[in-house]
Amino acid sequence: MNTHASIHVESVTVDFPVYNANMRSIKTRFIYHGTGGRVGRDAGNRLTVRALDDVSIALEHGDRVGVVGHNGAGKTTLLRVMAGVYEPVRGHVWRRGRTASLLNVSLGIDDDATGYENIMTRGLLLGLSPKEVQERTAEIAEFTELGDYLAMPAHTYSAGMRFRLGFAVCTSFEPEILLMDEWLSVGDRHFVEKAQKRLEEFVERAGILVLASQNASLLERVCTKGVLLDAGKVKANGPIDEVLRDY
Amino acid sequence: MSEPVLNHPASQSALALFDLVEGARVTHLWGRLGWQDIRRRYRRSTLGPFWITISMGMLVAVLGTLYGGLFKVEATNYVPYLTLGFVIWTLVNGLITDGCTAYVNASNIIQQARLPLSVHVYRVVWRNLIIFFHNAVIFVVVAVMFGVSPGWTGLLAIPGMVLLCVNGVWVGMLLGAFAARFRDIPPIIASIVRIAFFVTPIIWMPELLPHRAVLPMNLNPFFHVLEVVRAPLLGEAPSAVSWLAMIGFALIGSAATFVIYVRYRWRIAYWV
Repeated sequence: MNTHASIHVESVTVDFPVYNANMRSIKTRFIYHGTGGRVGRDAGNRLTVRALDDVSIALEHGDRVGVVGHNGAGKTTLLRVMAGVYEPVRGHVWRRGRTASLLNVSLGIDDDATGYENIMTRGLLLGLSPKEVQERTAEIAEFTELGDYLAMPAHTYSAGMRFRLGFAVCTSFEPEILLMDEWLSVGDRHFVEKAQKRLEEFVERAGILVLASQNASLLERVCTKGVLLDAGKVKANGPIDEVLRDY
Repeated sequence: MSEPVLNHPASQSALALFDLVEGARVTHLWGRLGWQDIRRRYRRSTLGPFWITISMGMLVAVLGTLYGGLFKVEATNYVPYLTLGFVIWTLVNGLITDGCTAYVNASNIIQQARLPLSVHVYRVVWRNLIIFFHNAVIFVVVAVMFGVSPGWTGLLAIPGMVLLCVNGVWVGMLLGAFAARFRDIPPIIASIVRIAFFVTPIIWMPELLPHRAVLPMNLNPFFHVLEVVRAPLLGEAPSAVSWLAMIGFALIGSAATFVIYVRYRWRIAYWV
C-alpha cells in the first residue's frame, strides 16, 4: 500500500459528563486521584471527569506504541479518540489510513448467530463490503482454528474462542492502523503466539500499532515506543524500555 | 485516504451531512443488523417472524368481532379499517419507541468503531418496516375476505409510506439523541404514544363521533400519519390537509433535527 499511515493527536482534551452521580455530595469535592481522571466542572457547571488533559502524540508509519498507565489513566479513552469514536472537547485528531480498533472482543457478536454469521456482521461493522468479507471468510475461518464450531451459535463459545474470532476478522483486512486494548489476555498460549506473529508481520508492513496493556513483557516484545499516561496527561513518551522503567 | 477527525465548528455541518449520507449508503450494514434484531427475537422458534403475522391476525379477529358489535358497524367496513389501523399504528409506535433507544441500544457499537451514527436509526426504521410487512399480510387476507379493492387510489399509499418513513427517520434521530442524554424521555414518550393510540381513530371511526369533533381530528398529527396510508388502501384519497401536514412534518422536522444534529452529533458517543 502506498499510503503513509499517521495519527496526530494535538492538544486533545476529553471530558466525560457525569449525569448520574449525586451532584450534591460531590459538590465541594474537586478530587485528584492517583488513579482515574480529574473531577471538575464544565461551562454549564455540570460535573465532568477529565479523561485526557492536553494530550499531544504524533505517530508515523512503522510506529508500534505501547500505552501504559494505571487503571483509569485514560488508555482506553486515548484509543477511542484515535479511533474517532470520541471527538475531543478541545484539540484535534488527524488520522490517515484504514483503521481497525479492537477495543472489545464481543463487538457485534450476536450470541444466537453462528460463527460464520458473526464473521460477516463484524466485518461489516469494521467497514468492509459484504463481498470483501466473503472473499476473506475462508482465510479468517482457518486462522481461528475453530473448525466446526463456526457453524455453531456463538453462545457456545468461550471467551478465548470469541477472541480468536474477533482477532481474526479485525486483522484480516490488513488495516494500516491497528488499535488494541488489553487483548491478548484471554487467548490460550498457542493462539497468543500465533496472534503475536500476525501482529509482528503487520508492523513489519509499516502500519501503526497502538497497544494498551498492563503486560510489560508483551509491550517490550511488540512495541518500540511507549506512552505513559497518568491521570489523563502524558507523563512520559519515548522508547518503550525507558517508559516502562518510569512506570 | 485522509480521514481527519475534527471538532472544528465550521466543519460540524459537513460532518453531520456526511454522517447521514454515508449511513444511508451502507445499506448492507443496517439491513443486516435490522434482520438480525428480528431473527434474534424469534431464534429457535418454529414459525419465526411469522409469529408477528399470527399475533396480528388474532388481535384483529378478536377486536374486529368485539368492537364491531360494540360500535354496531358493518364488519365489511370495520374489520379492514381496524386491521389497517393496527398495522400502521404498530409501525408508528415502533418507529417512535424504538427510535428512543436507537443510540442507547447501540452503545456497544458506537463506543467501538467509527461508524455513521445514522446507521443505528436506519436500522431501527428498517427493523420496523420488516415487522410492518409481516403484519401487512393480515390486511391482504382481510381485504380478500371482505372484498376490499382500493383500485388505483391504493397506489397513493406508496407516497404515504415514503412520507411516513421520512418522518420516522428524523423522529428516530431526534428522540434517539434526546433519550441518550435524558433518560426520562423514553417513559414520557411511551405514555404519550399510548394516549395517542386511544385519541387517534384506529379502533373507532371518526364518523362515529358527533360532527363537531371532526375539526380537532385535523389537529391530531397521528391522524394524518395514519390517513396517508390507510385511506388509499381503503379506496379513498386522503385529504389535502393530511398530505400537507405530512409534508410539513417531514420538512420542518428534518430541518430542526439537522440543526440539532450538527450541534450535538459528536456528543452522542459520550452520552450513550
